Amino acid sequence: MRILNPLLEPVIQPALNKATSIIPIHWQIKGAHAFQNVKHRIGKDRPVPVFKETPLPDVSTLAIEDIDLSNPFLYRQGLWRSYFKRVRDERPVHFQKASPFGPFWSVTRYEDIMFVDTRHDLFSAEPIISIGPQPEGLEIETFIAMDPPKHDVQRQAVQGVVAPKNLAQMEALIRSRTADVLDQLPVDEPFDWVQKVSIELTSRMLATLFDFPFDQRHKLAYWSDVAAGAPESTGGNANTDEFFHAAADMAKQMSLLWREKEARKAAGEEPGFDLISLLLANDDTRDMINRPMEFMGNMVLLIIGGNDTTRNSMTGGVLALNQFPDEFAKLRKNPALIPNMVSEIIRWQTPLAYMRRVAKQDVTLNGQTIKQGDKVVMWYASGNRDERAFEQDPDQFIIDRKNVRKHLSFGFGVHRCMGNRLAEMQLRILWEEIMKRFEHIEVLDEPEYVQSNFVRGYTRMMVKLTAHT
Amino acid sequence: MGRITFIEHSGTAHVVEIEAGQSLMQVAVDNGIPGIDADCGGACACGTCHVIVDEQWIDATGGINADEQGMLGLTPEITGTSRLSCQVTLSDALDGLIVRLPEFQM
Repeated sequence: MRILNPLLEPVIQPALNKATSIIPIHWQIKGAHAFQNVKHRIGKDRPVPVFKETPLPDVSTLAIEDIDLSNPFLYRQGLWRSYFKRVRDERPVHFQKASPFGPFWSVTRYEDIMFVDTRHDLFSAEPIISIGPQPEGLEIETFIAMDPPKHDVQRQAVQGVVAPKNLAQMEALIRSRTADVLDQLPVDEPFDWVQKVSIELTSRMLATLFDFPFDQRHKLAYWSDVAAGAPESTGGNANTDEFFHAAADMAKQMSLLWREKEARKAAGEEPGFDLISLLLANDDTRDMINRPMEFMGNMVLLIIGGNDTTRNSMTGGVLALNQFPDEFAKLRKNPALIPNMVSEIIRWQTPLAYMRRVAKQDVTLNGQTIKQGDKVVMWYASGNRDERAFEQDPDQFIIDRKNVRKHLSFGFGVHRCMGNRLAEMQLRILWEEIMKRFEHIEVLDEPEYVQSNFVRGYTRMMVKLTAHT
Repeated sequence: MGRITFIEHSGTAHVVEIEAGQSLMQVAVDNGIPGIDADCGGACACGTCHVIVDEQWIDATGGINADEQGMLGLTPEITGTSRLSCQVTLSDALDGLIVRLPEFQM
């Protein structure tokens, strides 16, 4: 089997990429999977880290340089606040030289994060924004991980779908779907809020944005979970086979959807406002399907972007109001606070912990010299709890917090979240409809958390609803 | 020092006093002009203080740098005379300035 000579690999890989317009993408992914499997058998693949959960030590027992903020159990074990606070106070620009993801810098204060995020001339978003690399053999291309000018072209092609004007037209539809989900919930008996509300609502929204078959909408959430859960990227617990299978399935379905819309467009049908129709209507992206890693990249980005973030904010809001019952009372008295509360939920939850950059040159930041080529992680979750940036105690959940819109959860600069207005609208409608129906949502147990250094999310949260009397 | 006029998308006009050296965004926020979010606080990093400058005033507002152009490029409502108001510094030359607010901020 000499074809597996590593010398040939640079030849095979581009050839795989170029075969694109002839071979269906899901076959290519299966091919890449088989190729990875053989590499694995002969020990030529990059090792994938294995994460086994053990109780983490109290941060005060660690030397500052030994603190590893990339540990995927930090959030689940409830230790992230103390770990980040110590780093923020003692070494706000912090170097970890030997994490399972390799060496990386952590930027933990609000002002420093703002600096890194807005200086795309100094810090590149390429090749990817997770701490670790993408799974080998399936390195997708997405504009969240591209620098200007290529980034600008790709983003501009798709951002229309979540433009406020488009959203205003969708508001009634989102409201009726939200009402429908809430009306089916059991009252006075325990159920899992994550499954019945957060996942259900975000899946419905994604199916709407993609004009994806409604009865198969749960696949979107599943693909998103697997794509964001690769151990080598974020410390998640998706395995490599699952990852490739999900990618192949997604490629197949999304290609079909694309071809179907392309055919309808060719037949002269008026294009819809869904994402694929918009991509087909734009000169720069109409043939994106012939560039499979770019096509997959955009699909994955928009599915993950519309999924984890909103889903976990939907759960986080309920949890926060239970941990801060005075705020729940405040909300009952004055539902007009909902729009401000939505921003506070997004700040408090920070559903994505960070974005990663690579220094394009040596940069001195807060006394530390970051070398060209070093990985730099902007910890939004830490910046959103930075006492230096928020007048009112940032660890408190305050639904009428002043200047809450300055939170970092959407990022700042050219990569600022494209779906921010959609997210805010979904959460606003959810809470408006909740307050019409229910007096209280009681969280019954400690929720279960996602294993990840990237997604700050929930897998289960049992609640009980009380209706208005 | 002078006065400028903000016109909301609905047509409602607000005339406010200005001082040289302030940013146009700061004046809008200080006077509670609806429709300016300014999430990033003036760092040219969010695009939520977008205004559309009256054509006869656009040259007087000064040049647009690459960062501002980049952020404006993310706004679907961009026009030929769009500016981020945090990047416009007020001076005597802008006495009488008229800007319109877009229907939505990104």
